[in-house]
Amino acid sequence: MTLDLARWQFALTSINHFFFVPVTIGLAFLVAMLETAWHRNGQPQFLSLTRFFGTLLVINVAIGVVTGLVQEFEFGMNWSSYSRLVGNIFGAPLAMEGLAAFFLESTFLGLWIFGWDKLSKRVHLLTIWLVFAGTVLSAAFIMMANSWMQHPVGYQLVHGLPQLNDIWAVFTNPVFLWGYFHVVLDSIVTGAAVMLAVSAWQLRKSGQAQAREAFGHTLRLSLAVLVPVLFVDMFVGSELGVIEARYQPMKIAAAEAQWTTCQPCSFSLFQVGGGNGDHTPTQILQIPHLLSLLATNSWNGKVIGLSPLQGSYVARYGPGYYVPNVFIQYWSMRVMAYLAGLFLLLGLWGLWQMRRRSVPANRWFLLAATWAVIAPFVMNTAGWLLTESGRQPWIVQGIALTRQGVSPSVTFTDVVISMVAFGLLYTALGVVDAVLMIKYSRRGLEPPAPAGPDASARVPSMLY
Amino acid sequence: MTLVELWFLIIAVVWTGFFVLEGFDFGVGMLHSVIGKDEPGRRTAINTIGPLWDGNEVWLIVAGAAMFAAFPGWYATMFSGFYLALVLLLGALMARGTSFEYRGKRDTGNWRTTWSALLTAGSLLAPLLIGVALGDLLHGLPINGAHEYTGSFWTLLQPYGIYAGVTFVVLCLAHGSTFIALKTTDQVRIRAVRLTRFVTPVAALVLLAFAIWTHSIAGKGLLPNPVEIIGVLAMLAAAWLAWEDREGWAFGATTIAVALTVLSLFSELYPRLMVSSTSHAYNLTIDNSASANYPLKVMTIVVVVTLPIVLGYTAWTYYVFRRRLTDKDFSVKQH
Ligand code: HDD
Ligand code: HEM
Ligand code: HEM
Repeated sequence: MTLDLARWQFALTSINHFFFVPVTIGLAFLVAMLETAWHRNGQPQFLSLTRFFGTLLVINVAIGVVTGLVQEFEFGMNWSSYSRLVGNIFGAPLAMEGLAAFFLESTFLGLWIFGWDKLSKRVHLLTIWLVFAGTVLSAAFIMMANSWMQHPVGYQLVHGLPQLNDIWAVFTNPVFLWGYFHVVLDSIVTGAAVMLAVSAWQLRKSGQAQAREAFGHTLRLSLAVLVPVLFVDMFVGSELGVIEARYQPMKIAAAEAQWTTCQPCSFSLFQVGGGNGDHTPTQILQIPHLLSLLATNSWNGKVIGLSPLQGSYVARYGPGYYVPNVFIQYWSMRVMAYLAGLFLLLGLWGLWQMRRRSVPANRWFLLAATWAVIAPFVMNTAGWLLTESGRQPWIVQGIALTRQGVSPSVTFTDVVISMVAFGLLYTALGVVDAVLMIKYSRRGLEPPAPAGPDASARVPSMLY
Repeated sequence: MTLVELWFLIIAVVWTGFFVLEGFDFGVGMLHSVIGKDEPGRRTAINTIGPLWDGNEVWLIVAGAAMFAAFPGWYATMFSGFYLALVLLLGALMARGTSFEYRGKRDTGNWRTTWSALLTAGSLLAPLLIGVALGDLLHGLPINGAHEYTGSFWTLLQPYGIYAGVTFVVLCLAHGSTFIALKTTDQVRIRAVRLTRFVTPVAALVLLAFAIWTHSIAGKGLLPNPVEIIGVLAMLAAAWLAWEDREGWAFGATTIAVALTVLSLFSELYPRLMVSSTSHAYNLTIDNSASANYPLKVMTIVVVVTLPIVLGYTAWTYYVFRRRLTDKDFSVKQH
């Protein structure tokens, strides 16, 4: 019971954290692009836009930071046996994240918010790019840590305990390299989706001619970023599937609800049944060879089924049930991939309207672009469910089971109390964040105040 | 010095950095409504730490992560043992961390009063709880042979720990009021200086008692060691400097007092990490809780490379924001 609750707690808090993280990474990138554009062309509307989206960025960061703090503590609080076991490996990237990334990000964000009238234009531009660098570095170290749990490398067993002996192997873990690439692209997609939605809303609703012109620029910027990045991301995502089939075959077999070994393997678009209790699903609409292609990069590749895998795991690790939750795996993979496809179509529709340098103005497009902002959050959550639920029953693949990682000294009541406390806090903060984001997304553009050390006017909306 | 000893030192230094820097942020948070009696005044106080507090809080994250990497046993026992206290601490830090950003984002009195209250409460609770936790490390807690904590939430609240918490709160008040005095002019500065003159002598007394108690809990007699004495004297010097209207020097003095207090707590702890009140054989020590040599070597290289850079741009940030603020900057209506 304590175990289940601790798992729920980790899942809910990290899903929550990951609502904000990709927005931070993506918007930091896009705000830096806007400020760069202003730097180059000197048009005041780009300064206004930089501050407009910069305000959304800092509202989002505030909550991203505090939810991250919870994550950092949670390893020791709920997963102390895990921490004791792998701290010497897993703790290292976390410490590096703090030293190399969080300091960079938070210090330069402070300089960016408060430095408008204190830094030269160039240095001020540099600060926002350093903020972006900080967020991308932080994602690197945390993904390194997480990837080590998926595919442990660079260690030796001393009296049965893993001990780091090759940090370079941890840095170049193939699961990390591809997963990291995927996450950074996802984040830029998420940021672009937010900018797209806000711009589309403004174009639909704003009466200010000036604002309409300005948000036309950001609508086109977001589309120009969104479509190519999403396109590349889908290739990276499918390559991640191949990597996964190599190192965590259980995970990919579960994602396809593939109980028996197949060669070549077809991919089912939908299916009924086929969960952990029922090994013969009714598959609807099969695409021949597609699963072989996705899982092995070859037309006739072989995918080993869950039942034979279970047999070989028992032979290797002893009695136990090693199959993850097939229902979650199957659907999270599909939700992520199908939504990505739909989103790409939406982006292409937008680009199509941008022929001859015009601003997309189709009412239905703008409406769809506004609501589509929900999609990346669903895709991100689905992606993490796939990753983390698919690792079960292991906490570190092949080394330790999740139930061996939980804190022995923490009682059921303790976890209930923390769950209620975090539940209330996250809900309250989530509501506040949503209210503020919506309020500041619907605001008109502020008249552009001058910047640089010579500026006499301050920047009221950015100060505390 | 062995790598394990070096890492104990690094962690002590990171905790010191945390209290020296975030210490005045806590102080400003607790005092912003007292020192700023109207809205422009309050905003002046908060904006003195506006660009700084987030970077300062990272010291806490690094302290936790460094314990995780270098002494996994310490991190595991402490964080799971202090479970409910940490839930409270996280609540405090969450309320505080969001209040900076959100307080000014809506222009109604209720909104601001609410966030101000959260800022004050969070800034009070955080140093209190961390102080109790650090005090508990030295005082000793029920820990069994498997290095698992066997007490409850209430076991954490023994007199020495609570006093350590109070001491840290008072230190933050002294440090924070001096900081506001240093960073503002006009009305806000006058009020901050007045407060500083009162808080610093009290803090010196509190600190003296803390030094004596700490020394005797560590089993080393009643007479504090020279480092602890210098800490107390530094706080007294801050009081005198505040009366002389020399905030810059006074802030230097509170900085020394805070730093020496944290460092001496860790030096009394050494070479233990957590004292077990069940049996001293069950103490967590630097030798029975540390990571192996290789990970420590890797982490040492990382610290040697990154820390100077971090200190460099942190110092530059303080230089960029060296100008004093005045409530006149904030008397314009917000957007
Ligand atoms: C650095 C490591 C790390 C990272 C970056 C993440 N997780 Fe995780 N996750 C864990 C480390 C971990 C863990 C500590 O290892 C857990 C706790 C129990 C477990 O099995 O693994 C876990 C469990 C866990 C579970 C429960 C799986 C189960 O027990 O069935 C879910 C759904 C997620 N996580 C989701 C996420 C999401 C949405 C993340 C995006 C931020 C995320 N995780 C990032
Ligand atoms: C579950 C494990 C995780 C832990 C323990 C964790 C820890 C943290 C902490 C402590 C912070 C606050 C730092 C500050 O004060 O600036 C933070 C923020 C951040 N984290 Fe995480 N994090 C986790 C997952 C992730 C993942 C998966 C990513 C990205 C792929 C990520 C990327 C970021 C970024 C970019 C920030 C800074 C911006 C923001 O707060 O929105 N984190 N995280
Ligand atoms: C059709 C396109 C996509 C494919 C084939 C795909 C594939 C995958 C796969 C196989 C994983 C599992 C990785 C692992 O278990 O280690 C994954 C994870 C993930 N996906 Fe996707 N993905 C796609 C699109 C997207 C999009 C568009 C987003 C968000 C905007 C997204 C967000 C995520 C996230 C956040 C994770 C978890 C992080 C990780 O371990 O990589 N995915 N994806």
